[in-house]
Amino acid sequence: MNLSTTYMGLKLRSPVVPSASPLTREVSNLREMEDAGAGAIVMHSVFEEQLTHEAGELEHYAAQGTESFSEALSYFPQVEEYKIGPDQYLENIRRAKETVEVPIIGSLNGATVGGWVDYARQIQEAGADGLELNVYLVPTDANRNGRKVEQTYLEILRAVKKSVTIPVAMKLSPYFSNCAWMAKKLDSAGADALVLFNRFYQPDIDLEEQTVVPSLILSSEFEMRLPLRWVAILHGYVQASLAATTGIFTGQDVLKLLMAGADVTMVCSVLLMRGIGELEKIIRQMTDWMSQHQYESVEQMKGCLSHRSCAEPGAFERANYMKALNNYTC
Amino acid sequence: MSSSVATSDQARADRGINVPRPVVTIDGNEAASYIAHQVSEVISIYPITPSSGMGEWADAYSAAGQPNIWGTVPFVQEMQSEAGASATLHGAAQSGALTTTFTASQGLLLMIPTMFKLAGELTPTVFHVSARTVATHALSIFGDHSDVMAVRSTGFGLLASNTIQEVMDLALIAHAATLESRVPLVHFFDGFRSSHEVNKVEKLTVEDMRAMIDEDLVMAHRKRRMTPDEPILRGTAQNPDVFFQAREACNPFYNACPAVVQKSMDKFASLTGRQYKLFDYVGAPDAERVVIMMGSGAAVAQEAIEYLAERGQKVGLLKVRLYRPFSTKDFMAALPPSTKVIIILDRTKEPGANGEPLYQDAVTATAEAVAAGTAPFGSMPKIIGGRYGLSSKDFTPAMLKGVLDEAAKPGPKNHFTVGINDDVTHTSIDYDPSFSTEPDDVVRAMFYGLGADGTVGANKNSIKIIGEGTDNFAQGYFVYDSKKAGSVTVSHVRFGPRPIGSSYLINAANFVGCHQFVFMEKFDVLKNAVPGATFLLNSPYGPEEVWDKLPAEAQQQIIEKKLKFYVIDAYAVAKETGLGARTNTIMQTCFFAISGVLPPEKAVAAIKKAIKKTYGSKGEEVVKQNFHAVDQAVANLHEVKVPGQVTSGFNRPPTVSPQAPEFARSFISRIIQDQGDDLPVSAMPVDGTFPTATTQWEKRNVALEIPVWDPQVCIQCGKCSMVCPHAAIRMKIYPPSCLEGAPPTFKSAETRGKEFAGLKCTIQIAPEDCTGCGACVHTCPAKNKKEARLKAINMQFQPPLREAERENYEFFLSLPEYDRSKLKIDTVKGSQLLRPLFEYSGACAGCGETPYVKLLSQLFGDRAIIGNATGCSSIYGGNLPTTPYAVNREGRGPAWNNSLFEDTAEFGLGFRLTLDKHGQFARELLATLKDTIGGDLVEGLLGADQSSEAGIAEQRERVAALKGRIQSIDTPESQRLLSVADALVKKSVWALGGDGWAYDIGYGGLDHVLASARNVNVLVLDTEVYSNTGGQMSKSTPRAAVAKFAAAGKPLPKKDLGLLAMSYGGVYVAQVAMGANDLQVVRAFLEAEAYDGPALIIAYSHCIAHGINMRTGMDQQKAAVASGHWPLYRYNPLLAREGKNPLKLDSKAPKITFEEYAYQENRYKMLTKSKPQEAARLLKLSQQDVLRHWDLLEQMAGLSFGGGGREPGTGDAE
Repeated sequence: MNLSTTYMGLKLRSPVVPSASPLTREVSNLREMEDAGAGAIVMHSVFEEQLTHEAGELEHYAAQGTESFSEALSYFPQVEEYKIGPDQYLENIRRAKETVEVPIIGSLNGATVGGWVDYARQIQEAGADGLELNVYLVPTDANRNGRKVEQTYLEILRAVKKSVTIPVAMKLSPYFSNCAWMAKKLDSAGADALVLFNRFYQPDIDLEEQTVVPSLILSSEFEMRLPLRWVAILHGYVQASLAATTGIFTGQDVLKLLMAGADVTMVCSVLLMRGIGELEKIIRQMTDWMSQHQYESVEQMKGCLSHRSCAEPGAFERANYMKALNNYTC
Repeated sequence: MSSSVATSDQARADRGINVPRPVVTIDGNEAASYIAHQVSEVISIYPITPSSGMGEWADAYSAAGQPNIWGTVPFVQEMQSEAGASATLHGAAQSGALTTTFTASQGLLLMIPTMFKLAGELTPTVFHVSARTVATHALSIFGDHSDVMAVRSTGFGLLASNTIQEVMDLALIAHAATLESRVPLVHFFDGFRSSHEVNKVEKLTVEDMRAMIDEDLVMAHRKRRMTPDEPILRGTAQNPDVFFQAREACNPFYNACPAVVQKSMDKFASLTGRQYKLFDYVGAPDAERVVIMMGSGAAVAQEAIEYLAERGQKVGLLKVRLYRPFSTKDFMAALPPSTKVIIILDRTKEPGANGEPLYQDAVTATAEAVAAGTAPFGSMPKIIGGRYGLSSKDFTPAMLKGVLDEAAKPGPKNHFTVGINDDVTHTSIDYDPSFSTEPDDVVRAMFYGLGADGTVGANKNSIKIIGEGTDNFAQGYFVYDSKKAGSVTVSHVRFGPRPIGSSYLINAANFVGCHQFVFMEKFDVLKNAVPGATFLLNSPYGPEEVWDKLPAEAQQQIIEKKLKFYVIDAYAVAKETGLGARTNTIMQTCFFAISGVLPPEKAVAAIKKAIKKTYGSKGEEVVKQNFHAVDQAVANLHEVKVPGQVTSGFNRPPTVSPQAPEFARSFISRIIQDQGDDLPVSAMPVDGTFPTATTQWEKRNVALEIPVWDPQVCIQCGKCSMVCPHAAIRMKIYPPSCLEGAPPTFKSAETRGKEFAGLKCTIQIAPEDCTGCGACVHTCPAKNKKEARLKAINMQFQPPLREAERENYEFFLSLPEYDRSKLKIDTVKGSQLLRPLFEYSGACAGCGETPYVKLLSQLFGDRAIIGNATGCSSIYGGNLPTTPYAVNREGRGPAWNNSLFEDTAEFGLGFRLTLDKHGQFARELLATLKDTIGGDLVEGLLGADQSSEAGIAEQRERVAALKGRIQSIDTPESQRLLSVADALVKKSVWALGGDGWAYDIGYGGLDHVLASARNVNVLVLDTEVYSNTGGQMSKSTPRAAVAKFAAAGKPLPKKDLGLLAMSYGGVYVAQVAMGANDLQVVRAFLEAEAYDGPALIIAYSHCIAHGINMRTGMDQQKAAVASGHWPLYRYNPLLAREGKNPLKLDSKAPKITFEEYAYQENRYKMLTKSKPQEAARLLKLSQQDVLRHWDLLEQMAGLSFGGGGREPGTGDAE
């Protein structure tokens, strides 16, 4: 059975790819992922602000209180060299490349154009086969119109594309007025893949402390419906590869997304919850279903139920909503 | 002429000397350590100001893998005390290693016993000493020769360096000479003035060192080692028959030593061209008045002598280099035959002696030589001696001129002092302070900054830029504050075409930079500006508005001195460029832009290079920010058009309130205004005794923002007051009638709690004493229901609040205190209604130690006697000008003293023994005098229950009654009773100190006191590091934390002091952390104090040396406890007596990981950036430590104990 697929120009042996998560920090995990059948691995994200913040913080707390009092002109030993900046991250990519055969995709989470470009180049130099840009932008300024927000995405993409030769994927949020329009714009700006979607971590409120707290809740199975719809709509309308992510727990989920038109499916929560071994199970479920239903390859099924290929395109549209309501019984 | 002034490279090259060597701008400590490290194998160290830097450098060199001249990296071993460091060195040297150590002051004194041994065994070694004042009537961290003079009799040689170049040169000469002479040497230079002065020096090379150190002598030293392969025995016990002769057997070595040292000096000259002599003469060849000195003062004297000699005066200077062994022959040979008057200046005082040590030696040598006919002069010259510069008192050419003038008088004063006004015993001589020898071509710049703005760092960079990047010479010396919060720094920086030996403060500045606008109202910043000088002011007001914002005094000086006046709004530029409070690079750039020291473009390029070097390792972003600031600085610099007349409507306000007592107004205020040098001897207490409660008179106004109380939101829990490190936020409960006459903005609320029904409550901020740390706001648990970001106290900009809140605070203080005998003081709120008797200390903003000290003062301050180990708590506790221990309305408050670093527990035990003895004696006298006094009163006094505040109050009344009755009875017994009657009231004895004391240097004594069964309370303010000396590792430092001497992370876990103390069974032990459980802290303090035996409280104290946001320090305490790193417990031996387990755990099992706690702190986190793998390894081990430790404690707390209360021997037979 041929599970291979092409994603952002890269030949992958399987369409199941672990997405950016803390699991990829450990080399042993990477090996386990490869052994379990991963088609490629997206490395954990490097956060530009975090790097800048860390450097500033280190300097601030090392310098705090110095040269103020005769007996204690400093409070810390002089350290010859700090490993600040993406050094550690780049080292992880290098080690990943040494450890596994499958393509390694770097992941970058940034805020300024300058930061994106510098780090993107360094990630390429460290050996990454591709790069995923995670544009985590929550517009809170009511005076900033949607066009400007969209422009930011395009600027970042163009700047990064100029500085690297490896393929670049854009990980998007679903919060655009018109996702399809945005996808087309990114596509023509040179995106090699679109990753649908970034799950923003939504903040929570701690009632006892009366504070707003960041909170990480892993995705649940039904969340794959959102990427499912948009993958189906975009399949065939853009040049860029399509990756579906969020809420993928089983081989069945993978199959559905492939049929909707995804080139790869990305898994994360399921691995965090149940372990990396789950990857093998997903692939087995997939292949079992495929052999039962006489599918020979992934390519065969890709997009067979996309918006343009399915028998009932209305199901992806507003009509789907009407239908759902009509069928609803308490 | 001078031997130490660098000869030109060409001249030296002509003589076949290898030039050029690298040029560096470094301080004395670095110069000494650089050499010592490379010519040693084993280095044992212990931190003490001002020598800590030498140990830190040596440690850093070894940590970086820098080898010595034989290609192996020396071992650097931190010890528990200087006694330990010298003993370790002794062992290393005896077993054949090349050794060195660094110390000063009391540290050197702790080495004395070992020094006798080292010398007695003719052991080559060098102790590098940054000479520091030995504590007497007061501690002083500054420099004089009282420490090195105290080791004269040990048999060590004493070699003095006067300048930074000499420190490096003579360090090498010392190591070379000791190997040949076998006489161990103390190589000393003046603490701070030389140890901390930055100057341009030629750096000796490894080749120089190899050429100087004779390999055969190294082999000979190694050959003398103790080894079982060729066993020998040293350290015999000798008897009257042979000891004396054996003691004289070393004489040939001492006789030969001066020549050996001179030989080393000559060899050094052949290598470098710098020729030193045992006694170096400078000045007129036909001098009649000759000054004899050693140390940095000699460098100052040289400047004055050369200046005067060039102008035809017959004066000279003899610089003593090898003071011990003293060579009379060389001394005499160095003096000109024309000498008529010899003046010896000593930088030490030997009370009761017939002159100070150098004087006595000079007199003896001269008298012997004249008598023997070997003196260069025919008749006995006149000899006078005097003291100067104790504790780094600035010694200037003007003073030297004064000394020479005195010597020219027919009957000059002997045993004089210079530089002070001794109006009591009239030892001081006059001098004209305006006499100056400063050459015109030397740029003399003074910069006033805040510690937090980075002024000193920037100046050190400027010195490097100029010293190492141009042909100019450069010198920097930095004067720091006596307080740690909002501390002021003054930089004295010189640049010039010749080597700069002017080791004295600048008093004629041609550039003054004031980096904080508020200083204009606080200090006379322009006092030292010369006419025509340039003045650069960091001002939030532009060139058009600034003039009217200056006080009249400043305007006057700017006009009169015709100063060139520039302003920049560095605050705005720093904010815009993301630098926050650090305006240093901006002000530095402005200095270069207008001082003309370097062409502007070159200067900017050099500054950027320096930035890259300084911040490069800390990330690209920091570098970029600073670059941007440099560019913005020049663009925002403006010259101010100075009007022709003074227009200001205000003057600099008085330093202390006019309501302050006379002592504060006439004494303290002078020190605060930097006029302490002008105070005469008569103003000083004769025995170091000072009144307490003086911080209240120094309104420092260092906070930009202060807390503001919102009575509607407040739940009156008292936590804000509890955590305030400076007692600047307080709580009172009082009858509503007291509000009559309250200022209009004074706030109050109904008091919560039924026991306070009908009473009012106020939480008041001391607006001018608050340091703005925000700990109170951060800790406040009450939230505004409408707006959750607001609490019951909120930070607001201070200036608009200052006036009204000052009035409110005064009114608040006038309100009556709640009767302490009626309070539930075993609660947080109850304890916070007690008046703090420790207030407004100089501790860091957000200090983690002082809230505990304050609590102690609230609970027991009115009857506490405190012995304080040297360290942070003794510095914020007792550093002049103002001290924080306060008194209540009855005039009672803590009595406080700092003995030493190492002996505080014993010091406290001494208090206890006296109190117990006097109490016992008083009770004995009461029994004797029962009939005279009256049976009821005596019985009341003898049977008093003083276990509560009420009981103590009653006993105080009885003692007052007793005093009233026996006052008039004039019998010896009654008078004796009168003198000890106060001991009948329960007193609270406390030994206070940090972990450096309790875990390391004072542990032996502490251990003994804990085993004494006496009622001594010990409070360990555990910051897990030597905080006061700048963050060196102690045995309390946790595994995985980075500290000085543990740059690669401390590899071993923290010592468990609590467990050690518990092992006695009879010691009350509590481990507390205020941020985790404040109620447990209060209870532990009360139980410890109530326990009639030794008690130990180990208090987690967050610290600036942890690299944390000090505002959130209490959160870190909480996290330390939650992670299990700092379990809370109380071990009360009283429970054991009841058959219960004495150990009670007050915190829960670890609920967060060690990582979650530790990586909020830079001390742990920085290791992940410097040595990520080691950080991961140590983190893992630390996690194991924590779990194991908790497991152990849990098991201990779960044991059934003491046979269920049965007496020993009453159990069932097996």
